[in-house]
Amino acid sequence: MPTVDLFIPCLVDQFLPEVAEACANVLTRLGVTLRLPSGQTCCGQPVYKAGRFPEARDIARRHLALFEGAEAVVAPSGSCVHMMRHGYPELFEGEPGMRERARALGQRTYEFCEYLVDVLGVSDVHANYVARAVYHDSCQVGRSLGVKAQPRALLDAVGGLTRVELEFPEDCCGFGGPFAVQHAAVSEAILEDKIDDILSSRADIVVTAEPSCLLNIRGGLQKLKAKQPVLHIAQVLDSGVGA
Amino acid sequence: MKMTGPFHTRCEQAVANATLRKTLKNAAQIFRQSRAEGLGTLADPEAACDRAAEAKRRSLENLPAILELLEQNVIAAGGHVHWARTGAEANRIVADIARAEGVRSVVKGKSMITEETGLNQLLKDQGIEVNETDLGEWIVQLAGEKPSHIVAPALHKNRHEVSQLFHEHLGEPITDDIPTLTLMARRALREKFLVAEMGITGANILVAETGSVLLIENEGNIRMSTTLPRVHVAVASLEKAVQTLEDAAAILAVLPRSCTGQVLSSYTTVITGPRRAGERDGAQVFHLVLLDNGRSRILADPEMRSILHCIRCGACFNFCPAYTRVGGLAYPGTYSGPMGSILAPLLAEAQGKANPFAAFPYFCTTCGACRDACPVRIDHPRLLMKLRARHADTESPLPALAAAAFARLSASPRTWKMAAGVARTLDPELKLACRMPGIGKALSLWARKRRLPRLKQPFAARWADRSQTQPGGRA
Repeated sequence: MPTVDLFIPCLVDQFLPEVAEACANVLTRLGVTLRLPSGQTCCGQPVYKAGRFPEARDIARRHLALFEGAEAVVAPSGSCVHMMRHGYPELFEGEPGMRERARALGQRTYEFCEYLVDVLGVSDVHANYVARAVYHDSCQVGRSLGVKAQPRALLDAVGGLTRVELEFPEDCCGFGGPFAVQHAAVSEAILEDKIDDILSSRADIVVTAEPSCLLNIRGGLQKLKAKQPVLHIAQVLDSGVGA
Repeated sequence: MKMTGPFHTRCEQAVANATLRKTLKNAAQIFRQSRAEGLGTLADPEAACDRAAEAKRRSLENLPAILELLEQNVIAAGGHVHWARTGAEANRIVADIARAEGVRSVVKGKSMITEETGLNQLLKDQGIEVNETDLGEWIVQLAGEKPSHIVAPALHKNRHEVSQLFHEHLGEPITDDIPTLTLMARRALREKFLVAEMGITGANILVAETGSVLLIENEGNIRMSTTLPRVHVAVASLEKAVQTLEDAAAILAVLPRSCTGQVLSSYTTVITGPRRAGERDGAQVFHLVLLDNGRSRILADPEMRSILHCIRCGACFNFCPAYTRVGGLAYPGTYSGPMGSILAPLLAEAQGKANPFAAFPYFCTTCGACRDACPVRIDHPRLLMKLRARHADTESPLPALAAAAFARLSASPRTWKMAAGVARTLDPELKLACRMPGIGKALSLWARKRRLPRLKQPFAARWADRSQTQPGGRA
């Protein structure tokens, strides 16, 4: 039985703990033994994206040590996995030893959907969710990690769920970390286009595998008093099991 | 917290312009669609991009030798070669040629490099009439603007705005019909071609083994600029040079396809020296000005060298969520979009000038669409992140002290947990936090168009309660 160390990104831990629970439920149901290394804080991504490499390096060093004993690390966030898999080796370019450690850990760190489909070989988790759903390809999940087919396969196996494509599923939602506030007006314009695409798809729910896009899109829809829930894919996969 | 500045203001103004946003959105969609169709005509587009990238990489690696070979072969073909370290030097060289040749009127093919050097102004100051002949470039010249996109200079203007401009400058009647507008331009420009003594172009590729300048275009204006006037001056930056025609072919396989979706542009012109005895067309005098303007410094910077792969197809612009919301006029200087956000600050730095472009790398969501669209494998997000780090002290939205404090907090899970707990108890909806210095401003900006999320009991705290005994059950 595989053992997985859960990496619960800080945004998920503080704002979306239900996503972490859903993620844990799905993995447990599939027979995975879960561990939650204690002392998790932040992987350093916000600081890294703000161009503060020395501080990001300090955070990365600690985060790396927390997970180094893991057989596999799984996180319900593409951007945090991308940070570990690509950001860390980049940060440690000048330290070959650290760089190798970062590379090695990055190779066994997986985004949630990627782990289910590519490692466990599972695409049907026997979930049921009656809805017309659109999947938003978060940039760091789809483009950066190349995880595009996996979430779609998982959603297509959900009973009662009809998946439709957005017109521009891979277009950025405008979050971009510090960009969202440093260039707030432009970020809002990008989000507006994403929301227009969602609304014209007539979907009942929006699904994503990335907490930062989730908070961005959800916050935008809520502000407009739109009724569509925005869910992490783990929440959909944890729904109506056995129904 | 760096959240203001002239660039920010210009971006905010641009994004508030509804007409512009619509124009930009339409243009981006057309370009994106065309590119997909163009690359779709290749059996293996990925392999073609690999070949083009490899041709550029290899050329940059051997650039000094390639440039020397190029110089020899241009001279052997009867042309003249000039080396310019700076934009000002290049301008002076061109102006001197114009004076020596008694030039009063110049026609220009679209050239970003002479935008970079500001050549038009210098020539005008010397009393020479300068006419851009690329339709888009001519439109922005009439409007007194600069190109807003490296491929489509007037991309920010719709047909109504162009008609208005032609009405004001040429006395033409107002029309919405694009072919009619094009004919108006052709009538006006044809006369300029016939009187010009000198044509100035850039170069898409310089081929060292033959000493050739390769130019692609769709309007025929470049071919006319290089054949009708007596003198042709091509101004090109160093990194345009490749060793062989085969390398040029590898680039051509992806350039028009990525740019306009065409398998080949309407005109592909290869010019080797001036007109020879017995030839019926071509300029009688040919000069090539090779411009450095900071590129050799970028070449020597291993982290940044790959930006010199850029073949100016413009694909990254059309996929950039930030650029496509504001257009190129929001960016100060010559270059905009993803490639410009890397090249502009690097050039300014290499030229030892003040760097008003250091804010560009932060105007990016790190979405990576530029990297995926790039036919010569430039990893823009990677370079942009490194540039953010280089300029963090003046440009980062996160002050150094705040970054250090956050790093300390991250290193102490107990304090982290306590801080989150206090925030959750006192201010779960982040209302107080919105009024705090620093973070408050960020949260308030976020909250303008989004509802703020709520702090909840963290998963880590629930973990202890989760007995691990319920596989298959609902938690």
